[in-house]
This record gives sequence, C-alpha cells and structure tokens, in this order.
Amino acid sequence: MYSRAYKLLVAIPPIAWVTAFLLVPYAILFCYSFWSVSAIQTVVHNWNLHNYWELARNPLYRDVLLRSMRIAAAVTFFALLLGYPLAYYLSFHATKRKDLLYQLVIIPLWASYLVRGYAWKTILGTDGVLNGVLHFTHATALLLSIQNLINQHVGASHQIALVPLPFLLYSPFAVVLVLTHIYTPFVILPIYAALEHIPRNLVEASHDLGSSPWSTFRRVILPLSLPGIIAGATFAFVLTLGDFLAPLLVGGASGIMISNIVVGLFGAAYNWPLGAAIALCMMIIVMALLFATERLEKRLKVS
Amino acid sequence: MTNRETRATTARREGANPSLLSIRDVVKRFGPRPVLRGISLEVTAGEFLTILGESGSGKTTLLRLIAGFETLDSGEISMDGVRLEATPAHKRQVNTVFQSYAIFPHLSVFENVAYGLRAKKTPKAEIPDRVAEALAMVKMSDFAESAPSRLSGGQQQRVALARALVNRPRVLLLDEPLSALDANLRRQMQGELKSLQREVGITFIFVTHDQEEAMALSDRVALLRAGYLEQIAEPREIYGEPATAYAAQFIGQTNLLRAEVRDGIASAGPIVWRTFGPAGTATYSLRPECIRLVPTVAGLTAAPDVSTARFRGKIHSQAFGGAMDMLEIDCGNATKVRARLPNPGPLSGEHEFEFYANDAVRVLEGGDE
Repeated sequence: MYSRAYKLLVAIPPIAWVTAFLLVPYAILFCYSFWSVSAIQTVVHNWNLHNYWELARNPLYRDVLLRSMRIAAAVTFFALLLGYPLAYYLSFHATKRKDLLYQLVIIPLWASYLVRGYAWKTILGTDGVLNGVLHFTHATALLLSIQNLINQHVGASHQIALVPLPFLLYSPFAVVLVLTHIYTPFVILPIYAALEHIPRNLVEASHDLGSSPWSTFRRVILPLSLPGIIAGATFAFVLTLGDFLAPLLVGGASGIMISNIVVGLFGAAYNWPLGAAIALCMMIIVMALLFATERLEKRLKVS
Repeated sequence: MTNRETRATTARREGANPSLLSIRDVVKRFGPRPVLRGISLEVTAGEFLTILGESGSGKTTLLRLIAGFETLDSGEISMDGVRLEATPAHKRQVNTVFQSYAIFPHLSVFENVAYGLRAKKTPKAEIPDRVAEALAMVKMSDFAESAPSRLSGGQQQRVALARALVNRPRVLLLDEPLSALDANLRRQMQGELKSLQREVGITFIFVTHDQEEAMALSDRVALLRAGYLEQIAEPREIYGEPATAYAAQFIGQTNLLRAEVRDGIASAGPIVWRTFGPAGTATYSLRPECIRLVPTVAGLTAAPDVSTARFRGKIHSQAFGGAMDMLEIDCGNATKVRARLPNPGPLSGEHEFEFYANDAVRVLEGGDE
C-alpha cells in the first residue's frame, strides 16, 4: 500500500530517537561497567570484570539492593491494598461522583514530586503535624508497633520507644509511606481501566447463576481485573526500585536505596564504572521483571 | 389446528399447572421517566410466553425485574404465591439468557456451564454429568474444553442456553437471544428453542421486538406498548382478534378503517359492511389477506349474502412477492386499502373486491394515555 521510501521515511525519526537517547547511552554505560578508576580518580579503559566482582563480594551493595526490593515490594503491596478498593468503588459504585473522584486520583500527579516529598517532611517531622496529632490522641504507642513491624520487614534496625517519634521521618517506614502515596495513582489507573472493561452483564450473569456478591467478585471480577493488577503492581515496583528522591528526602541513613548509591558513585565518589555496573544490574532485573509480567498478562488474556 | 382446539389445550394445561409467576400492577421508573406503568400478567407453568414490544416499551425492564436486576417501584412479583421483592437475584429460581450471551471469557465452555452448579454447591461428583447433559442438549458436547473466544455467535448462544438450563430453573428468561444472529441461523435456533422448551418443560419468558418470531414460538404473546400491557393472548387470537389498533398494526400488516356505524351497517367511505357493533364512530382492522378479488368484468354486482362486503377500487400499485402480491387499492374518497392476493397476475385499472364482514375486527383506537 505504501511505498518503501515512504515507510523508511516514517521509520527514521523513532529509530534515530531510540538510537540517540537510549541505545547509545546504554552502550556507553555498558562499556563503563567494564572499566575502572585509577588511584588519581581517572577512568582507565582497561577491560575487566572488577566492578561486577565488587558487587558480588561487597555485602553493602547486596544488602541495599535487597532492601530496595523489599521497599518496592512493600510499596506495591500497600498501593494495591489502597488502590484496588478505590478503583473498584470508582468503577462499580461511584455513580454520580465518578468524575470527581477520578479527578481527585489524577490531581496529585500534577503536583511536583518534590512538593509532595517536602509536604511529607512537614507531616512526619519531629515537630510535624502527625506527631502533634498522635501525641494529642495518645496513638503513638500503636503506631510504634506498626512502624517497628515495617522496619523489621524491610530489614532495618532502629531504636524505638521515644515520644514523640523523631524517626517517623528518616526511616524505611517514611520511604514506604511517601512512595505509596506517590505511586498509588499509577496502580489505581490500570486497575480502574481493567475493571471498566469488564462487561457488566457478566456480573449480572454471575448473580443470575446463583453467585453471591462476594463469590462474584472472587470468581469473575478479580480474575478479569488481574491484567490491571499486574500492570499496576509492575508500575509501583519498577518505579519504586529506581526511586532516589524519596529516600533522599525522608529516608535517612537506614532508608537508603540502591539508586542513592548509584547517584553517589556518579557524584561525590566519582566511580562511574561501579555506578554503571550497578545501573546495568538493576536494568537487567527490571527487564526480567517486565518480561515475566508481560508473559503472565498474555497468558491470562489467552485463557 | 383451529382456534377452538388451541384454547381447549390451553385450558387443559392451565388446569394442570396453575399460575407460576404472578405479576401485579408493576410500576418501574428510571428517574422521573416511567418505564412500566402498571403491568399485570400471570405466567402459567410450562408455557412459552413472549413479551413483545418496540424498543422503549419496557419489555427488557420487565424481564430484569423478574430476574432481580432491578427493584420495582410499586406492585408485586410473586412465584408460587411467594413475593420475590426481598429475594436477591442470586437466590431466585430463575435463570437468564442474555442478549449478548455474557459468557465468562476467562472460563472454558465446561466451566461456564458448571458455574451455576458450583455456585449452588452441587456435589462435585454430579457436576461433570450434568454439564455433559446440558451441552448435549444444545449440541455443544464437542466444545466442552474450548475457550469462549473461539466460538461463533451461534455457538456462544448455545453455551449461554446450556449454562442457564443446567440449573433447572423454574423460569428461563431470554432477552432477545436471537437478535444478534443472521437470518438463517436465527430461524434454525427458533426451531431448536421451541423443541428444547417442549423437551425440558421449563417455563420460558422470551423477550423480542420481532413479531414474526413471537408468533412462531409462543404459546402466548404479551404485547407491551410504552409501559402498558396492550394485549395478552395466543398468537392466533392476537392476530385474528387484535384488541387495539396498535396491536393490529404491530402484529402483521393491516388496514385500519375508520367507520361510521348506523343500524348495523359500518361505512368507511365507499366501503360498507354489516357489523354487530354499537352505533357511532369506530375503528376496524381488516387484514390484507382477507380481501379477495372478485372475478367479474361487469359493473358492481350485488354481494352474494349480507355477510360478504364488496367494493370497487383502482389498482394504485402492485408489488410482486412470490406466492402473494401486495396491492394498494384506491377506493376513492381518499380511502386506500392494501390487499394481499395469491397469484393475481398483473392487474391494472378498476376491479371488484370482497371480504367477509366478520373479518373486519372492531379495535380500540389506542391513544398515548
């Protein structure tokens, strides 16, 4: 239908874009990861596997990477826990308020990430809003145990039992909280889209065949919204795993994530080769994850 | 089968099976808009009842009320004398075949059919046999393990039927189930539906806007119009003795004659016939096939007896239709009638026509009250 010349012409801009801004930088990153830094802090182009060996050997990197994945898993879990019911309500029960609620989900995405991060700082700080309220309502003890639980799960040790809670801020708890707030809309939207695509007569058919509302949810709505859940969970996990601003703003020493280390290595530490090696490892992890979830989604769609 | 025989069989059936589903004064509004404005009808056990009406007549809403997908504003629906309002959809002994089938896309054909059985906690050992039986009933045994997306519309239709029938409901509701099928498949499915209903003996309530389908399938037809029940009767009766002008026009084709009745004689312009109705103005329905061509060339001859009416008219148009031609006859005085004649050959000019006076049925001129 179209001539070869036309097809070529149309294909050039995206190919050029991908080459210039994706393939070439990654190729450079790839090369860097096999180089090393000399004693006088210059990059030496002698090809070796030293950086990867360092990653495997030094427990610091492994621990931080594992912690980042645990934080990402926690954020994914809480974002799903918050996002699914909201998306469900939005799709099935919010009749007149639907548009308004949908806008309320979207609006936070328009606010700058930094603004939201700093807002949390004022909420979580020692003399912040939350501590004030908690102190006033004597809920501190309850929250302490929850925070303790999360810190344990994420693998950070922290002395507690101080009132007010100075470490609401600067902890993995704070990172999980802030990132859950920031990435929940990314979970809500794909789940909402999946729920909206479920023909309503399937729900009626299920009731008609004798299924109670709960059983209908379990046997029809949940399985059919699974692609949305997978997409949303992937968003939350991948975006959190690569996040470095939230740990920087509210994470403190115990809330450091792998991206902070990469940033450090490219910045003050001036060890680009090691930073490149970490970045490539993360990329491989993320790509493997995306590949796996895509396969899963496809399999769900076929059956 | 004559009219009398049909009524006799119906009477016998009604004697054996009293009213199963009772619908009384049902009113349903969507916002300020009334959709059903006081519907009352009785559904007999084992009958094939069709709810017929144009889009917007409220027929689907009535079905959804019976299924329990909508709540009624006033009136009552009861099954075996027990009111259904408080029973949620999933606890009613009613199953629905949806217009767009509503097959679960994530389940195999087998699992779709087994869905209702599992929901009702049927013993596990019983399920495979009952599903196989239901699939055999709709000739879909070979597709048990297929994914619904691989099935054609007609096949999905069959699965939807099996999925509903496997639960052995008291009443099966069918919401225009054939409207998405092409004409041939549709006729075939009509035949199968009818014999299936006889076989299983389950009460069918079938919603359609297609009057031919309604006539072909049903034991009784309930004609709905703008939220009112216009007429409920057996197909032959509703066709032969329509209660209202609307019923006469909606079911089949007809000529509506607005006549002046005096001394047992009705006259609509140049057409005059004997009637037993009271004097005054009245509307009569005269089916096109009730009009015959009188094979004479001379002037207007006298009718052979008082029960036959004759009139003259000019052929205005003639449409060839295979076995029957449709003619438009201009009788003068702005009176035009349509006649359906068997093989009349090409006609033109003035001719003489006749009909039995009793075939002109007095109907109510329905307003939009």
